Amino acid sequence: MMMKTRKVYPRPEYCMACHLCEVHCVAAHSKSRDLVKAFKRESPKPMPRLHVEESGPMSFALGCRHCDEPLCVYSCLTGALSKDAKTGIVSVDSEKCIGCWTCVIACPYGAIAPDPARKKANKCDLCFHLEKPACVANCPNEALVWGEVNA
Amino acid sequence: MLEAKYVIIGNSAGGIGAIEAIREVDREGSIILISDEPYPAYSRPLISEHLAGERDLDGMLYRPEDFYEWNGVQTLFGKVATDLNVSEKTVKLEDRQRVAYGKLLLAVGGKPIVPPMEGLDRKGVFTFTTLDDAREIRALIPEVKKAVVIGGGLIGISVTDALRKLGVEVSIIELMNRILGAVLDEEASRMAGEVVRKAGVDIRTGRTVKTITGKAGKDGQVGGVILDNGERIESDLVIVAIGVSPRIDLVKGTDINVNRGILVDRHMATSAPDVYACGDVAESYDFIVGADRVVPIWPNAHIGGRVAGYNMAGKNAEYPGGTAMNSLKYFGLPVASAGLVNAGDGCEVLSHRTDGRYQKFVLQNGKLVGMVLVKDVEPAGILFGLMRDRVDVSGFRDSLVSDAFGLISLPEDILRKRLELPDLGRLHVFHEPEAYADAVDEG
Repeated sequence: MMMKTRKVYPRPEYCMACHLCEVHCVAAHSKSRDLVKAFKRESPKPMPRLHVEESGPMSFALGCRHCDEPLCVYSCLTGALSKDAKTGIVSVDSEKCIGCWTCVIACPYGAIAPDPARKKANKCDLCFHLEKPACVANCPNEALVWGEVNA
Repeated sequence: MLEAKYVIIGNSAGGIGAIEAIREVDREGSIILISDEPYPAYSRPLISEHLAGERDLDGMLYRPEDFYEWNGVQTLFGKVATDLNVSEKTVKLEDRQRVAYGKLLLAVGGKPIVPPMEGLDRKGVFTFTTLDDAREIRALIPEVKKAVVIGGGLIGISVTDALRKLGVEVSIIELMNRILGAVLDEEASRMAGEVVRKAGVDIRTGRTVKTITGKAGKDGQVGGVILDNGERIESDLVIVAIGVSPRIDLVKGTDINVNRGILVDRHMATSAPDVYACGDVAESYDFIVGADRVVPIWPNAHIGGRVAGYNMAGKNAEYPGGTAMNSLKYFGLPVASAGLVNAGDGCEVLSHRTDGRYQKFVLQNGKLVGMVLVKDVEPAGILFGLMRDRVDVSGFRDSLVSDAFGLISLPEDILRKRLELPDLGRLHVFHEPEAYADAVDEG
């Protein structure tokens, strides 16, 4: 499946590991969409769908790459994972997801994590319900950019 | 006689993969799909949930109901293919109907292994690989107090999980000295065994079943089993879950090369022209072993099906290879394993055990060839990626078992390649959604 998907790219040279991307990801996917309420009141608390990796001075936040050849989609036992033909977004149908974690093993980026509370696979959905991915919109240092690779 | 440009026998992961790949390349060519089961493609691993009453067919469908119509596929469901004539290029069905093919895909899967023993013909004896098996067993459950499951592998454990949820007492009879011996190492088997026993399951290792006996006064019905050591166990239900073997009967009348499974090359082509095979029936490239193997894993079947489909439709595609890869979560304990989990000679083993968390890695010549993760399976993806890409991990071997393991543990050159960070000059950055039409190039 070849298409140009707009996705979120990390820029490690600008990342300060402040974790605001993770915080805003949680808020953006919460019921209340409110930062404080999402963390203090909602249960189970939504997990961030991207995660910050840090080691010494190097850090970056990585979420799903919405691959052209999505190994997770090909590995999914139930067909819960699929890639949208128009937007290229790879998403999980939580009704069909049985929490078998086969996709967790399949993703070479480690971009899918088990959500033990909900028993569903957890991954970036490119904030298709918002105008712009929340992580990109709230990164104070433009360490995350939203773009599309020119051929 | 029916005919189609593409004929696919098998309606599971492999068959569906082939249909999707064919249609990416060829939207017009006729496709006929033959399946011996009467249902649209369903997720076979979910039959355990069906037995437990947690999911019905609607919730198990692998693709939407209109998938076949949408893809222009003529379906022959509930039809058994019995003969294959590779020179005439025809398939014969049980009802004598013949189907002519331009290209043929054998995605017929495996069949349960049932060793000969007395009493198999009694009512209440089942194998557990199809939705109908789950349905038939479920219908009997009200009269079942106790079950014996022969085989403590993946199928045996999954059916036991369902039976326990239904309140049935279960005894597992396993030949090896531990359960899940084919996919886990000794330590992980031990941890899994503990969890299964805690759920009230009676596990007998190092034992086999010699006879299935009848019920007192109702000899035609299962009453129990007699083990190899003479011990008797009462039961109302016996499930034979020893394993599955490739369904190669269809090619028996031909000279298509078979070993344990149907041999295929990196294009999923068999030795007969225009005939392909994929999934549990095929013996295809295993990149860890470096040779052809039967690796009956759902993702391998689907990817193999896609590769076969592309090649059938004239687009060159190569199977990257598969290997054993399993993720289980029965009895609440997540376990992930891949490759060769039981280290052989010349292998280096790294392992770490704390509380309920266990990780083990097997290295050969500095490369990851096997892994087992219990409880915390989150790092499995990055690790399996390193296995798949045959990355030399000796330089950072200590980080593999650490809590902090992630992409960032990889040497910078490997990391940069993994992150596939494009040159900023090639990245078209969007600041505002409405600016898409006249976006400004960065850098």
